Amino acid sequence: MSVAIVNYGSGNLHSATKAFERAARSSDYSGDIVVSADPDFVRTAERIVLPGVGAFADCRRGLDAVPGMIEALTDAVRRRGAPFLGICVGMQLLASRGLEHEITAGLDWIAGDVAPIEPADTSLKIPHMGWNTLAPRQSHPLLAGIPTGEHGLHAYFVHSFHLKPTLADEIAATTDYGGDIVAMVSKDNVAGTQFHPEKSQRLGLALIANFLGWRP
Amino acid sequence: MLKFRVIPCLDVKDGRVVKGVNFVDLRDAGDPVESAVAYDAAGADELCFLDITASHENRGTILDVVQRTAEACFMPLTVGGGVRTIDDIRNLLLAGADKVSIMTAAVHNRGFVKDAAEKFGSQCIVVAIDAKQTAPGKWEIFTHGGRNPTGLDAVQYAREVVALGAGEILLTSMDRDGTKSGFDVALTRSIADAVAVPLIASGGVGTLDHLVEGIRDGHATAVLAASIFHFGEYTIRDAKRHMAAAGLPMRMD
Repeated sequence: MSVAIVNYGSGNLHSATKAFERAARSSDYSGDIVVSADPDFVRTAERIVLPGVGAFADCRRGLDAVPGMIEALTDAVRRRGAPFLGICVGMQLLASRGLEHEITAGLDWIAGDVAPIEPADTSLKIPHMGWNTLAPRQSHPLLAGIPTGEHGLHAYFVHSFHLKPTLADEIAATTDYGGDIVAMVSKDNVAGTQFHPEKSQRLGLALIANFLGWRP
Repeated sequence: MLKFRVIPCLDVKDGRVVKGVNFVDLRDAGDPVESAVAYDAAGADELCFLDITASHENRGTILDVVQRTAEACFMPLTVGGGVRTIDDIRNLLLAGADKVSIMTAAVHNRGFVKDAAEKFGSQCIVVAIDAKQTAPGKWEIFTHGGRNPTGLDAVQYAREVVALGAGEILLTSMDRDGTKSGFDVALTRSIADAVAVPLIASGGVGTLDHLVEGIRDGHATAVLAASIFHFGEYTIRDAKRHMAAAGLPMRMD
Protein backbone atom coordinates (compact mmCIF):
# COMPACT_ATOMS: atom_id res chain seq x y z
CA MET A 1 0.00 0.00 0.00
CA SER A 2 1.51 3.30 -0.94
CA VAL A 3 0.97 6.89 -1.97
CA ALA A 4 2.88 7.87 -5.09
CA ILE A 5 3.87 11.53 -5.25
CA VAL A 6 4.61 11.98 -8.90
CA ASN A 7 8.08 13.39 -9.54
CA TYR A 8 8.34 15.20 -12.86
CA GLY A 9 10.74 17.94 -11.85
CA SER A 10 8.22 20.17 -10.08
CA GLY A 11 9.42 22.34 -7.23
CA ASN A 12 7.28 21.58 -4.21
CA LEU A 13 8.02 17.86 -3.90
CA HIS A 14 9.96 18.07 -0.67
CA SER A 15 7.35 20.02 1.28
CA ALA A 16 4.51 17.95 -0.16
CA THR A 17 6.25 14.73 0.83
CA LYS A 18 6.95 15.94 4.36
CA ALA A 19 3.35 17.05 4.83
CA PHE A 20 2.06 13.66 3.64
CA GLU A 21 4.47 11.88 5.97
CA ARG A 22 3.27 14.00 8.89
CA ALA A 23 -0.41 13.46 8.05
CA ALA A 24 0.20 9.72 7.58
CA ARG A 25 1.71 9.48 11.05
CA SER A 26 -1.12 11.41 12.67
CA SER A 27 -3.85 9.46 10.88
CA ASP A 28 -2.29 6.01 11.28
CA TYR A 29 -2.05 5.51 7.54
CA SER A 30 0.02 2.37 7.26
CA GLY A 31 1.26 2.77 3.69
CA ASP A 32 4.45 4.38 2.47
CA ILE A 33 4.77 7.84 1.00
CA VAL A 34 6.94 7.45 -2.08
CA VAL A 35 8.24 10.12 -4.45
CA SER A 36 8.39 8.42 -7.81
CA ALA A 37 9.19 9.13 -11.44
CA ASP A 38 8.54 5.49 -12.33
CA PRO A 39 5.34 4.98 -14.35
CA ASP A 40 5.18 1.31 -13.35
CA PHE A 41 5.16 2.28 -9.70
CA VAL A 42 2.57 5.00 -10.22
CA ARG A 43 0.36 2.60 -12.16
CA THR A 44 0.05 0.26 -9.17
CA ALA A 45 0.11 2.80 -6.31
CA GLU A 46 -2.88 2.81 -4.00
CA ARG A 47 -3.16 6.62 -4.12
CA ILE A 48 -1.62 9.25 -6.37
CA VAL A 49 -0.62 12.86 -5.77
CA LEU A 50 0.34 15.23 -8.57
CA PRO A 51 2.06 18.35 -7.20
CA GLY A 52 2.95 21.30 -9.40
CA VAL A 53 4.27 24.82 -9.24
CA GLY A 54 5.25 27.24 -11.96
CA ALA A 55 3.71 27.69 -15.37
CA PHE A 56 1.08 25.34 -16.83
CA ALA A 57 2.96 24.70 -20.09
CA ASP A 58 6.24 23.98 -18.23
CA CYS A 59 4.52 21.49 -15.96
CA ARG A 60 2.81 19.80 -18.91
CA ARG A 61 6.17 19.52 -20.68
CA GLY A 62 7.70 18.11 -17.48
CA LEU A 63 4.99 15.46 -17.28
CA ASP A 64 5.36 14.60 -20.97
CA ALA A 65 9.11 14.26 -20.50
CA VAL A 66 8.68 11.23 -18.22
CA PRO A 67 8.06 8.43 -20.74
CA GLY A 68 4.81 6.57 -20.03
CA MET A 69 3.77 8.73 -17.07
CA ILE A 70 0.56 10.12 -18.54
CA GLU A 71 -0.51 6.64 -19.65
CA ALA A 72 0.27 5.31 -16.16
CA LEU A 73 -1.75 8.09 -14.52
CA THR A 74 -4.65 7.45 -16.87
CA ASP A 75 -4.58 3.70 -16.18
CA ALA A 76 -4.41 4.12 -12.42
CA VAL A 77 -6.83 6.99 -11.99
CA ARG A 78 -9.31 6.70 -14.83
CA ARG A 79 -9.42 2.93 -15.34
CA ARG A 80 -8.61 1.52 -11.89
CA GLY A 81 -10.13 4.38 -9.88
CA ALA A 82 -7.17 5.12 -7.60
CA PRO A 83 -7.81 8.15 -5.35
CA PHE A 84 -6.04 11.12 -6.90
CA LEU A 85 -5.12 14.57 -5.58
CA GLY A 86 -3.71 17.34 -7.77
CA ILE A 87 -2.13 20.30 -6.02
CA CYS A 88 -1.92 23.83 -7.48
CA VAL A 89 -0.66 23.43 -11.06
CA GLY A 90 -1.13 19.67 -10.49
CA MET A 91 -4.83 20.51 -10.09
CA GLN A 92 -4.84 22.88 -13.05
CA LEU A 93 -3.41 20.13 -15.27
CA LEU A 94 -6.72 18.27 -14.85
CA ALA A 95 -8.37 20.88 -17.09
CA SER A 96 -8.94 20.58 -20.83
CA ARG A 97 -6.63 23.48 -21.65
CA GLY A 98 -4.23 25.92 -20.05
CA LEU A 99 -4.19 29.46 -21.44
CA GLU A 100 -1.04 30.66 -19.61
CA HIS A 101 1.43 32.22 -22.10
CA GLU A 102 0.31 29.73 -24.78
CA ILE A 103 -2.57 27.29 -25.27
CA THR A 104 -1.55 23.93 -23.83
CA ALA A 105 -3.56 20.74 -23.60
CA GLY A 106 -4.31 19.50 -20.09
CA LEU A 107 -5.28 15.97 -19.05
CA ASP A 108 -8.94 16.86 -19.75
CA TRP A 109 -10.25 14.96 -16.72
CA ILE A 110 -12.17 18.05 -15.58
CA ALA A 111 -13.70 19.93 -18.52
CA GLY A 112 -12.70 23.57 -18.49
CA ASP A 113 -9.92 26.07 -19.07
CA VAL A 114 -7.17 27.51 -16.88
CA ALA A 115 -7.45 31.27 -17.40
CA PRO A 116 -5.98 34.43 -15.83
CA ILE A 117 -7.62 35.66 -12.63
CA GLU A 118 -9.43 38.89 -13.47
CA PRO A 119 -10.97 40.29 -10.28
CA ALA A 120 -13.81 42.77 -10.71
CA ASP A 121 -11.94 45.06 -8.29
CA THR A 122 -8.84 45.99 -10.28
CA SER A 123 -7.02 47.22 -7.17
CA LEU A 124 -6.69 43.58 -6.08
CA LYS A 125 -3.17 42.29 -6.55
CA ILE A 126 -2.23 39.37 -8.80
CA PRO A 127 -0.96 36.75 -7.84
CA HIS A 128 -3.75 35.92 -5.40
CA MET A 129 -1.21 35.30 -2.65
CA GLY A 130 -1.87 34.44 0.96
CA TRP A 131 -4.48 32.95 3.27
CA ASN A 132 -8.11 32.72 2.28
CA THR A 133 -11.16 30.80 3.50
CA LEU A 134 -13.09 28.13 1.60
CA ALA A 135 -16.77 28.07 0.63
CA PRO A 136 -17.75 24.44 -0.03
CA ARG A 137 -20.16 23.84 -2.91
CA GLN A 138 -20.75 20.24 -1.87
CA SER A 139 -20.05 18.04 1.10
CA HIS A 140 -16.79 16.44 0.02
CA PRO A 141 -15.00 13.74 2.06
CA LEU A 142 -11.68 15.62 1.76
CA LEU A 143 -13.23 18.57 3.63
CA ALA A 144 -14.83 16.40 6.34
CA GLY A 145 -14.35 17.81 9.82
CA ILE A 146 -12.61 20.96 8.54
CA PRO A 147 -14.21 24.25 9.62
CA THR A 148 -14.90 26.16 6.39
CA GLY A 149 -16.76 29.35 5.53
CA GLU A 150 -15.86 32.90 6.40
CA HIS A 151 -15.04 32.04 10.01
CA GLY A 152 -13.39 28.72 9.20
CA LEU A 153 -9.74 27.76 8.80
CA HIS A 154 -7.63 29.30 6.06
CA ALA A 155 -5.84 27.75 3.10
CA TYR A 156 -2.67 29.14 1.49
CA PHE A 157 -3.00 30.23 -2.13
CA VAL A 158 -0.44 31.55 -4.57
CA HIS A 159 -1.56 31.69 -8.19
CA SER A 160 -2.31 34.05 -11.06
CA PHE A 161 -4.39 31.60 -13.13
CA HIS A 162 -7.39 29.55 -12.11
CA LEU A 163 -9.34 26.55 -13.36
CA LYS A 164 -12.84 27.37 -14.58
CA PRO A 165 -14.72 24.05 -14.79
CA THR A 166 -17.45 23.81 -17.41
CA LEU A 167 -19.65 21.74 -15.10
CA ALA A 168 -20.71 23.43 -11.88
CA ASP A 169 -21.01 20.11 -10.05
CA GLU A 170 -17.28 19.52 -10.49
CA ILE A 171 -16.56 22.53 -8.27
CA ALA A 172 -16.07 21.29 -4.71
CA ALA A 173 -15.20 24.64 -3.10
CA THR A 174 -14.57 28.25 -4.03
CA THR A 175 -12.76 31.12 -2.40
CA ASP A 176 -13.51 34.82 -2.69
CA TYR A 177 -11.05 37.14 -4.40
CA GLY A 178 -13.00 39.89 -6.13
CA GLY A 179 -15.45 37.16 -7.13
CA ASP A 180 -15.48 33.38 -6.87
CA ILE A 181 -12.24 31.56 -7.58
CA VAL A 182 -12.35 27.77 -7.78
CA ALA A 183 -10.42 26.45 -4.79
CA MET A 184 -11.13 22.75 -5.20
CA VAL A 185 -12.48 20.49 -7.94
CA SER A 186 -13.71 16.93 -7.71
CA LYS A 187 -15.10 14.20 -9.91
CA ASP A 188 -15.46 10.63 -8.68
CA ASN A 189 -12.03 9.54 -7.42
CA VAL A 190 -10.31 12.70 -8.68
CA ALA A 191 -9.80 15.80 -6.52
CA GLY A 192 -7.64 18.86 -6.92
CA THR A 193 -6.85 21.88 -4.76
CA GLN A 194 -5.74 25.25 -6.09
CA PHE A 195 -4.35 26.01 -2.65
CA HIS A 196 -1.32 24.28 -1.17
CA PRO A 197 -2.42 21.79 1.53
CA GLU A 198 1.25 21.17 2.31
CA LYS A 199 1.57 24.85 3.29
CA SER A 200 -1.82 25.28 4.89
CA GLN A 201 -0.99 24.21 8.43
CA ARG A 202 -4.04 22.72 10.23
CA LEU A 203 -6.42 22.83 7.29
CA GLY A 204 -3.84 21.30 4.98
CA LEU A 205 -2.78 18.47 7.25
CA ALA A 206 -6.44 17.62 7.97
CA LEU A 207 -7.24 17.55 4.24
CA ILE A 208 -4.25 15.32 3.52
CA ALA A 209 -5.28 12.97 6.35
CA ASN A 210 -8.77 12.84 4.82
CA PHE A 211 -7.24 12.02 1.44
CA LEU A 212 -5.25 9.14 2.96
CA GLY A 213 -8.49 7.60 4.25
CA TRP A 214 -10.65 8.48 1.23
CA ARG A 215 -12.57 5.57 -0.32
CA PRO A 216 -14.32 7.08 -3.34
CA MET B 1 -11.65 37.06 1.87
CA LEU B 2 -7.88 37.23 1.48
CA LYS B 3 -6.14 38.21 4.71
CA PHE B 4 -3.21 40.56 5.24
CA ARG B 5 -0.03 38.78 6.25
CA VAL B 6 2.41 39.16 9.13
CA ILE B 7 5.87 37.80 8.33
CA PRO B 8 8.66 37.46 10.88
CA CYS B 9 12.14 37.53 9.35
CA LEU B 10 15.16 35.67 10.71
CA ASP B 11 18.72 36.58 9.77
CA VAL B 12 20.70 33.37 9.28
CA LYS B 13 24.49 33.27 9.16
CA ASP B 14 26.43 30.05 8.61
CA GLY B 15 23.25 28.12 9.40
CA ARG B 16 22.66 29.90 12.72
CA VAL B 17 20.19 32.61 13.67
CA VAL B 18 21.69 36.03 14.34
CA LYS B 19 19.67 38.01 16.93
CA GLY B 20 17.91 34.82 18.00
CA VAL B 21 14.33 34.48 19.03
CA ASN B 22 13.88 34.70 22.78
CA PHE B 23 10.14 34.83 23.32
CA VAL B 24 9.83 31.14 24.05
CA ASP B 25 12.02 28.58 25.79
CA LEU B 26 14.06 27.15 22.99
CA ARG B 27 16.59 24.43 23.59
CA ASP B 28 18.83 26.20 21.11
CA ALA B 29 17.93 29.81 20.32
CA GLY B 30 20.47 29.79 17.49
CA ASP B 31 18.73 27.03 15.59
CA PRO B 32 16.66 28.57 12.78
CA VAL B 33 14.42 25.50 12.64
CA GLU B 34 13.41 25.81 16.29
CA SER B 35 12.61 29.49 15.78
CA ALA B 36 10.63 28.64 12.66
CA VAL B 37 8.59 26.05 14.54
CA ALA B 38 7.90 28.59 17.30
CA TYR B 39 6.68 31.18 14.79
CA ASP B 40 4.59 28.56 13.01
CA ALA B 41 2.89 27.73 16.31
CA ALA B 42 2.50 31.44 17.11
CA GLY B 43 0.39 32.04 13.99
CA ALA B 44 2.88 33.67 11.61
CA ASP B 45 1.44 33.79 8.10
CA GLU B 46 4.76 33.16 6.40
CA LEU B 47 8.36 33.02 7.43
CA CYS B 48 11.35 34.72 5.86
CA PHE B 49 14.99 33.65 6.16
CA LEU B 50 17.60 36.17 5.13
CA ASP B 51 20.90 34.38 4.59
CA ILE B 52 23.75 36.72 5.52
CA THR B 53 26.48 34.08 5.29
CA ALA B 54 29.55 35.85 3.97
CA SER B 55 31.93 33.08 2.98
CA HIS B 56 31.38 31.12 -0.18
CA GLU B 57 32.25 27.80 1.48
CA ASN B 58 29.37 28.11 3.93
CA ARG B 59 26.74 29.13 1.39
CA GLY B 60 25.30 25.62 1.39
CA THR B 61 24.37 25.80 5.07
CA ILE B 62 21.12 27.60 4.24
CA LEU B 63 19.96 24.64 2.15
CA ASP B 64 20.18 22.34 5.14
CA VAL B 65 18.28 24.88 7.24
CA VAL B 66 15.55 25.19 4.61
CA GLN B 67 15.26 21.45 4.24
CA ARG B 68 14.92 20.87 7.98
CA THR B 69 12.42 23.74 8.26
CA ALA B 70 10.24 22.29 5.51
CA GLU B 71 10.18 19.00 7.41
CA ALA B 72 8.88 20.65 10.56
CA CYS B 73 6.77 23.64 9.40
CA PHE B 74 3.82 23.51 7.05
CA MET B 75 3.73 27.19 6.23
CA PRO B 76 5.12 29.28 3.38
CA LEU B 77 8.80 30.08 3.50
CA THR B 78 10.69 32.78 1.60
CA VAL B 79 14.48 32.67 1.46
CA GLY B 80 16.72 35.50 0.35
CA GLY B 81 20.33 36.63 0.53
CA GLY B 82 23.06 35.90 -1.97
CA VAL B 83 20.75 34.43 -4.62
CA ARG B 84 22.65 34.98 -7.88
CA THR B 85 21.98 32.13 -10.27
CA ILE B 86 19.16 29.97 -11.59
CA ASP B 87 20.83 27.05 -9.78
CA ASP B 88 20.69 28.97 -6.48
CA ILE B 89 16.93 29.34 -6.95
CA ARG B 90 16.42 25.75 -8.00
CA ASN B 91 18.38 24.46 -5.00
CA LEU B 92 16.37 26.56 -2.55
CA LEU B 93 13.03 25.53 -4.08
CA LEU B 94 14.03 21.87 -4.09
CA ALA B 95 15.07 22.16 -0.45
CA GLY B 96 11.56 23.35 0.36
CA ALA B 97 11.48 27.15 -0.01
CA ASP B 98 8.25 28.42 -1.56
CA LYS B 99 9.58 31.76 -2.69
CA VAL B 100 13.06 33.05 -3.33
CA SER B 101 13.97 36.67 -2.90
CA ILE B 102 16.58 38.22 -5.19
CA MET B 103 18.16 41.61 -4.77
CA THR B 104 21.65 42.54 -5.92
CA ALA B 105 21.65 40.09 -8.82
CA ALA B 106 18.46 41.72 -10.13
CA VAL B 107 19.98 45.20 -9.86
CA HIS B 108 23.01 44.13 -11.88
CA ASN B 109 21.15 42.01 -14.39
CA ARG B 110 17.46 42.66 -14.92
CA GLY B 111 17.33 39.67 -17.29
CA PHE B 112 17.87 37.40 -14.29
CA VAL B 113 14.37 38.29 -13.04
CA LYS B 114 12.89 37.39 -16.40
CA ASP B 115 14.81 34.11 -16.64
CA ALA B 116 13.88 33.14 -13.10
CA ALA B 117 10.17 33.93 -13.56
CA GLU B 118 10.02 32.03 -16.83
CA LYS B 119 11.80 29.05 -15.34
CA PHE B 120 10.00 28.77 -11.99
CA GLY B 121 6.91 30.98 -12.33
CA SER B 122 6.33 34.51 -11.08
CA GLN B 123 4.63 33.21 -7.95
CA CYS B 124 7.96 32.20 -6.41
CA ILE B 125 10.12 35.13 -7.51
CA VAL B 126 10.27 37.96 -4.98
CA VAL B 127 12.38 40.98 -5.82
CA ALA B 128 13.79 42.68 -2.74
CA ILE B 129 14.26 46.44 -2.97
CA ASP B 130 16.33 48.44 -0.48
CA ALA B 131 15.59 52.12 -0.99
CA LYS B 132 16.65 55.44 0.54
CA GLN B 133 15.08 58.83 0.10
CA THR B 134 17.24 61.18 -1.96
CA ALA B 135 14.80 64.08 -2.45
CA PRO B 136 11.16 64.73 -1.49
CA GLY B 137 9.10 62.03 -3.21
CA LYS B 138 12.26 60.39 -4.66
CA TRP B 139 13.87 57.15 -3.53
CA GLU B 140 16.95 55.43 -4.87
CA ILE B 141 17.87 51.75 -4.81
CA PHE B 142 20.88 50.84 -2.66
CA THR B 143 22.69 47.52 -2.34
CA HIS B 144 25.07 46.04 0.24
CA GLY B 145 23.00 46.99 3.28
CA GLY B 146 22.45 50.53 2.07
CA ARG B 147 26.11 51.31 1.37
CA ASN B 148 26.14 51.26 -2.41
CA PRO B 149 23.96 53.67 -4.38
CA THR B 150 22.87 52.45 -7.80
CA GLY B 151 21.37 55.58 -9.35
CA LEU B 152 18.13 53.66 -9.95
CA ASP B 153 14.79 55.24 -9.11
CA ALA B 154 12.95 52.85 -6.78
CA VAL B 155 9.45 53.30 -8.22
CA GLN B 156 10.66 52.98 -11.80
CA TYR B 157 12.74 49.93 -10.91
CA ALA B 158 9.78 48.24 -9.16
CA ARG B 159 7.63 48.71 -12.26
CA GLU B 160 10.42 47.28 -14.39
CA VAL B 161 11.01 44.11 -12.34
CA VAL B 162 7.27 43.43 -12.14
CA ALA B 163 7.01 43.76 -15.92
CA LEU B 164 9.85 41.21 -16.15
CA GLY B 165 7.95 38.72 -14.00
CA ALA B 166 8.55 39.42 -10.30
CA GLY B 167 5.53 38.06 -8.42
CA GLU B 168 6.03 40.06 -5.24
CA ILE B 169 8.07 43.01 -3.98
CA LEU B 170 9.84 43.01 -0.61
CA LEU B 171 10.45 46.68 0.08
CA THR B 172 12.81 47.87 2.81
CA SER B 173 13.33 51.50 3.68
CA MET B 174 17.03 51.84 4.50
CA ASP B 175 16.26 55.17 6.19
CA ARG B 176 13.93 53.45 8.64
CA ASP B 177 15.52 50.01 9.01
CA GLY B 178 16.53 49.51 12.65
CA THR B 179 15.09 52.86 13.79
CA LYS B 180 11.78 51.56 15.18
CA SER B 181 10.18 54.79 13.92
CA GLY B 182 7.74 53.08 11.55
CA PHE B 183 7.66 52.26 7.84
CA ASP B 184 8.40 54.94 5.28
CA VAL B 185 4.71 55.09 4.40
CA ALA B 186 5.13 57.45 1.43
CA LEU B 187 7.74 55.15 -0.15
CA THR B 188 5.62 52.08 0.53
CA ARG B 189 2.51 53.62 -0.99
CA SER B 190 4.37 54.98 -4.02
CA ILE B 191 5.58 51.51 -4.93
CA ALA B 192 2.50 49.53 -3.85
CA ASP B 193 0.30 51.75 -6.01
CA ALA B 194 2.70 51.55 -8.96
CA VAL B 195 2.69 47.75 -9.30
CA ALA B 196 -0.01 45.10 -9.71
CA VAL B 197 1.70 42.48 -7.52
CA PRO B 198 1.61 42.12 -3.71
CA LEU B 199 4.08 44.18 -1.69
CA ILE B 200 5.66 43.30 1.66
CA ALA B 201 6.60 46.38 3.69
CA SER B 202 9.76 46.18 5.78
CA GLY B 203 12.08 48.40 7.80
CA GLY B 204 11.32 50.47 10.86
CA VAL B 205 8.63 48.61 12.78
CA GLY B 206 8.67 49.60 16.46
CA THR B 207 5.01 49.43 17.46
CA LEU B 208 1.90 47.54 16.45
CA ASP B 209 0.41 50.74 15.04
CA HIS B 210 3.27 50.79 12.55
CA LEU B 211 2.05 47.45 11.16
CA VAL B 212 -1.42 48.92 10.66
CA GLU B 213 0.04 51.99 8.94
CA GLY B 214 2.04 49.87 6.50
CA ILE B 215 -1.16 48.28 5.22
CA ARG B 216 -3.81 50.96 5.72
CA ASP B 217 -1.69 53.93 4.61
CA GLY B 218 1.17 52.25 2.73
CA HIS B 219 -1.13 49.89 0.79
CA ALA B 220 1.13 46.89 1.47
CA THR B 221 -0.52 43.45 1.56
CA ALA B 222 1.97 42.05 4.04
CA VAL B 223 4.24 43.41 6.76
CA LEU B 224 7.63 42.05 7.74
CA ALA B 225 9.32 42.63 11.06
CA ALA B 226 12.17 41.13 13.01
CA SER B 227 13.19 42.59 16.33
CA ILE B 228 9.75 43.42 17.76
CA PHE B 229 8.92 39.74 17.54
CA HIS B 230 12.29 38.15 18.28
CA PHE B 231 12.72 39.91 21.60
CA GLY B 232 9.22 39.15 22.76
CA GLU B 233 8.02 42.75 22.87
CA TYR B 234 4.96 41.59 21.00
CA THR B 235 3.75 38.19 19.93
CA ILE B 236 2.52 37.50 16.42
CA ARG B 237 -0.93 37.09 17.91
CA ASP B 238 -0.73 40.52 19.64
CA ALA B 239 0.15 42.00 16.26
CA LYS B 240 -2.68 40.28 14.42
CA ARG B 241 -5.25 41.11 17.10
CA HIS B 242 -4.19 44.75 16.99
CA MET B 243 -4.43 44.85 13.22
CA ALA B 244 -7.83 43.12 13.26
CA ALA B 245 -9.07 45.64 15.84
CA ALA B 246 -8.00 48.39 13.43
CA GLY B 247 -10.34 46.86 10.86
CA LEU B 248 -7.83 44.86 8.79
CA PRO B 249 -8.91 41.31 7.86
CA MET B 250 -6.44 38.96 9.55
CA ARG B 251 -6.13 35.17 9.83
CA MET B 252 -6.66 34.20 13.47
CA ASP B 253 -6.68 30.34 12.98
